[in-house]
Amino acid sequence: MSGSSAVSIRNISKSFGRGASAVRVLDDVSVEIGEREFFTLLGPSGCGKTTLLRLIAGFELADRGVIAIGGQDLTQTPPFRRPVNTVFQSYALFPHLTVEQNVGFALEEQGMARDKIRSRVGEALEMVRMHSFARRRPSELSGGQQQRVALARALAPRPQVLLLDEPLSALDLKLRKEMQIELKQLQAEAGITFLFVTHDQEEALTLSDRVAVMQGGHILQMGPPREIYEAPTHRFVADFIGDINLLEAEALPGDQLRIGQGVTLPMAHGKAGAVTLAIRPERARLTAPGAGTLDATLIHSAYLGTALLHKLELPGGGTFLLRQSEVAQTPLESGSRVGLALPADALRVLDQ
Amino acid sequence: MSASPTLRRLGLLTPALATIGLLVGVPLLLMFWISLLQKGGTSGVDWASVPSGANYLRLVWEEDFDGTMIVNTSYLLILLRSVLQAALTTGLCLLFGLPVALWMAGLGRTQRDIMLLLITIPFWTNLLVRNYAWLIILREDGLVAQTVNAVSPFGPVQLLYNDLAVAIGLTYSFLPFMILPLYTVFEKFDWRLLEAAHDLGATRARALRRVVLPIAGPGILAGSLLVFIPCLGAFVTPALLGGGKTLMLGNIIQMQFGASRNWPFGAALSVVLLALMLIVMTSVALLRNRRAK
Amino acid sequence: MNIRRFPMTREVSLLVLAYLYVPVLVLVVYSFNANRTATIWSHASLDWYGRILTNPSIQAATVNSLILAFAAAIGATTFALLAALATSRAFPRRGAVEAVLNMPLILPEIVVAVATLMLFVALGVQLGLGAMILAHTAFCIPFAYLPIRARLEGMSRSYEEAAQDLYANRFRTFRRVTLPLLWPGILAGFTLAFVTSLDDFLTSFFLSGPGTTTLPVYIFSAIRAGITPEINAISTVMLVISVLLVSLSFFLSRLRR
Ligand SMILES: Nc1ncnc2c1ncn2[C@@H]1O[C@H](COP(=O)(O)OP(=O)(O)OP(=O)(O)O)[C@@H](O)[C@H]1O
Ligand SMILES: [Mg+2]
Repeated sequence: MSGSSAVSIRNISKSFGRGASAVRVLDDVSVEIGEREFFTLLGPSGCGKTTLLRLIAGFELADRGVIAIGGQDLTQTPPFRRPVNTVFQSYALFPHLTVEQNVGFALEEQGMARDKIRSRVGEALEMVRMHSFARRRPSELSGGQQQRVALARALAPRPQVLLLDEPLSALDLKLRKEMQIELKQLQAEAGITFLFVTHDQEEALTLSDRVAVMQGGHILQMGPPREIYEAPTHRFVADFIGDINLLEAEALPGDQLRIGQGVTLPMAHGKAGAVTLAIRPERARLTAPGAGTLDATLIHSAYLGTALLHKLELPGGGTFLLRQSEVAQTPLESGSRVGLALPADALRVLDQ
Repeated sequence: MSASPTLRRLGLLTPALATIGLLVGVPLLLMFWISLLQKGGTSGVDWASVPSGANYLRLVWEEDFDGTMIVNTSYLLILLRSVLQAALTTGLCLLFGLPVALWMAGLGRTQRDIMLLLITIPFWTNLLVRNYAWLIILREDGLVAQTVNAVSPFGPVQLLYNDLAVAIGLTYSFLPFMILPLYTVFEKFDWRLLEAAHDLGATRARALRRVVLPIAGPGILAGSLLVFIPCLGAFVTPALLGGGKTLMLGNIIQMQFGASRNWPFGAALSVVLLALMLIVMTSVALLRNRRAK
Repeated sequence: MNIRRFPMTREVSLLVLAYLYVPVLVLVVYSFNANRTATIWSHASLDWYGRILTNPSIQAATVNSLILAFAAAIGATTFALLAALATSRAFPRRGAVEAVLNMPLILPEIVVAVATLMLFVALGVQLGLGAMILAHTAFCIPFAYLPIRARLEGMSRSYEEAAQDLYANRFRTFRRVTLPLLWPGILAGFTLAFVTSLDDFLTSFFLSGPGTTTLPVYIFSAIRAGITPEINAISTVMLVISVLLVSLSFFLSRLRR
C-alpha cells in the first residue's frame, strides 16, 4: 500500500434505535485504507460490516467520528456527492432499464456527453465481458451475469473507491471461484481501491491485500492475510479463520507454559495466569508415543484426498485436530497411542 | 442529508392528512355541534340557538299538543330495524361467504385469480346500478315476480318494498366485503393442520368446526364489521327496494336534509349512527383482544 | 379425498356467483330490449343506446361525472402517492396516519356526506362541481393509497440507494428510479380512485348543485321518476366502464416489475 489514505475512518460509532432500545452496531472503529488496496472486512453475521460500508457510501450517517475519502472529509455528504460506488449484495440493477442504461446511469447523472457515455459504457461492459448483453433487461440475465453488470455499473464512473457488500454470496461455488479471480484482475486493471465485505474467510484470505476481522462492532485485528492466519492476536480471530486447536494453558514465570497434567513447554509468552494456546491442525506433527510434547489417543482418521485429518483425544479430555499431508504412511488404528509434537514457532499464546 | 427526514415526511403527509382532516374530520365536528342546535333559517340551522340535547330527546319523546312529553317509538323502531337488518345481512353474508372463501382457497392459482376478480368486480361496480338490477327483477311485472306469482297458491305476492327485498339487496351489495377478508385468511391456511386433524380422528365436519373455523376467526370478525357498518348507514338499498315502509337510519337522515329540512335533527341522527358504529367496533376490538389472550 | 375440498362449497360458490351476476346480466339483456316497458321482452335493438347518446341531460351528467372523476382521481392519487412515500419504510407512526387516511373507508358515507354539506353551506361554499371535487378527492385518497403503498412495500430500498450511489440526487432518484418502478401501482391507484368517484352516488347526491348532476345522481332521479329502458342502457354503460377499469387495475397490481 502506498503512503496516502484512500479511505480514512476515524472513531466511527453508530447506533440504531433510540433510548433504551438503542443498539450500538459500530463502536469507535478506525481504519486507514491505502490507495489501490484490496481491503476486506471479515466477520460473522451481524457484526456491523454492512453498516460500516453504508456509512462510507453515505446511506447512513455516523453518530460520531469522521469519514474522509481521498483526504476530503465527507462525513455529512449525501451519497450522490461521494466519489465511491457500491456493488450491492442483491445487485440492485434497475429492472426498468437495460444493461446499457444501467451502466450509463451514473455517467448521465454526471452530465457526460452522449457519445462519451456510449464509449464508456462499452468499455465497462467489455471489461466484464458483457458487451453482447447491452440491450437486455436485468431479468433476462443469470445471477453471474447480473453480478458482472453490477460491477460494470459501479466501475463505469471510475470512483475512487469501490464498495462491495458480499457481491459473490448469491453465486454457486464454481461461479464464485471464477468471479473471485476476475474481481482481483479487475481491481488490478482499474487501479481502484476495493473495500470488500464477506463472511467467507477463504475468500477474504485469497483476495485481499489486508483483512480486518470484525466482531460485535469492533475491529479485532487488521493485517495482511498471512498475518491474520498465522499470528492471530485474539482467540475469536484464531477461531473464526480456518480450523484451529485451542488449548487451555497456564503461563508460569520463567517462560514456561503448563498444558494440563504436568506437561510444561518452554516458551516466551510475557503473560501470567490462564491463557489459550492456539495451533493450526497442519502445524502439529505425529510422533512415536513419548517422543512428542505429549501423548494422545487417536479417535479416528478421515481421508481428505490430499491429507489425513486425525482427531485425537488429549489426556486431560478435549479433542485435537491434526492434519497430516503425507498420506502415503500406513494408516493408524483408532484407539492407538500416539505422540503429539507442538513446535514452539507454531504455537500462539492468546489472552482468554 | 438536507431537510430532516421527519420534516420531509411531515411535508409529504400534509396534503393527504389535511384534505381528510378538513373534509372529513372538521365536518364531523361541526355536525356534532349542529346536532345540539335548533332548526331554522333558510340554511336549516338556527346558528344563534342555545345548544341543548333536545334533538337527541326527540328520538324517544315527543311534545304533545298540551306540552306534555309522550314516548314516540317510531324513530326507535327505525333504529331497531336498521340494527336488525344489518345483523341479518351480516349473518347471510357469513352463511354464503364462508363456503365461497373456503372453496376459493382450495383452487389452483389461475382459477383462484379468476374467482378473486369475479368477487372483486361487484365490489367496485356501481351500487346504485346493482340495486336497480334487483328492482327490475323483483317488480310486479319482473321476471322473478311473474314466476313466483304463476306458482303461488296465495295469489299475487308483493316481492318489492319489504324487509326481505331490502335484505336481499343489502346482502347482494356487501357480500364481497365478507368474502374477501375470509379468503385472505384461508389463503394463508396451512392445510397440513387439516391433515393432522383427520389423522387424529376428526371427521370432515368436526375438523371444520375445530380447526378451520377457529383459524378463520379474525377473518370472520373483520368481514362482519365490513358488512355490518355500511349496512347500518345504508341508504340506496332501502330507498330503492324498501319503498316508504321499511325505512332505515340512512333514509331518515336523508329526509332531514331534504323535505323535512331539519338539519340539527339530521345531525343528531348521524351522531347516533356514528355512536352505534363505535359501540360495535369497540365490542369487536374487545372480543378480538379477549381471543388473542 | 382432496383435503382442500369441502362438500357443498362448490355448489354454494356457483350459486353465489349466479346471485352476484344474474341480476346484472338481466339488466344488460333488457337494455337491448326494444319494448318500452322496461321489463317485457319484445326484440333486440340498440334504440335505447341511441337515445342516451342524444339525451342532453345524460350528456351533461356524463361530462360532469368525467370531469369530477378525473379531477378527484388526480388529486387523490397525488396526495396518496406523497403520503405513501412518507409512510413506507420503517415509519414509526404509520398506524396512526393510516387510521386517518382510512377514515373515509370506515365511516358511513351518508354521515360524511351530510356533514360536508353542512360545512360547505356554513362556509358559503357553493354546491356543485367544485364542492363535489373536494369531497371526492378526500374519500378517494384511501383507494389510491392502498395499491401504491403495496407496490412501494414490495420495492427494495436498494434501488433508490443505488441511484443515489450513482450520483442521482433525491429528485433525480425519484424521477429516474422510484417513479418508473412505482408506475403500475400509481396507475392501479388512479384507476380505483377514478372508478370510486365515477360510481359514487351519495356524496354527489348531497353536494351536487342545481344543474350539475352526475350520472349516478341522474340515474337515481330517473328511477324515482319511473323505470324506463333508457335507465337500463345507461346503467349497462356504467357497469361496463367499471368492470373494464377494475380489471385493468387488477392486472396492473399483479404486474411484475
Ligand atoms: N436500519 C437498522 N435498524 C436497526 N438495526 C439495524 C439496522 N441495520 C442494521 N442493524 C443491526 O445492526 C447490526 C449489524 O448489522 P450489519 O448489517 O452491519 O451486519 P453485517 O455484519 O453486515 O451482517 P451480515 O453478514 O449478516 O450481512 C445487526 O444486529 C442488525 O440487526
Ligand atoms: Mg451485511
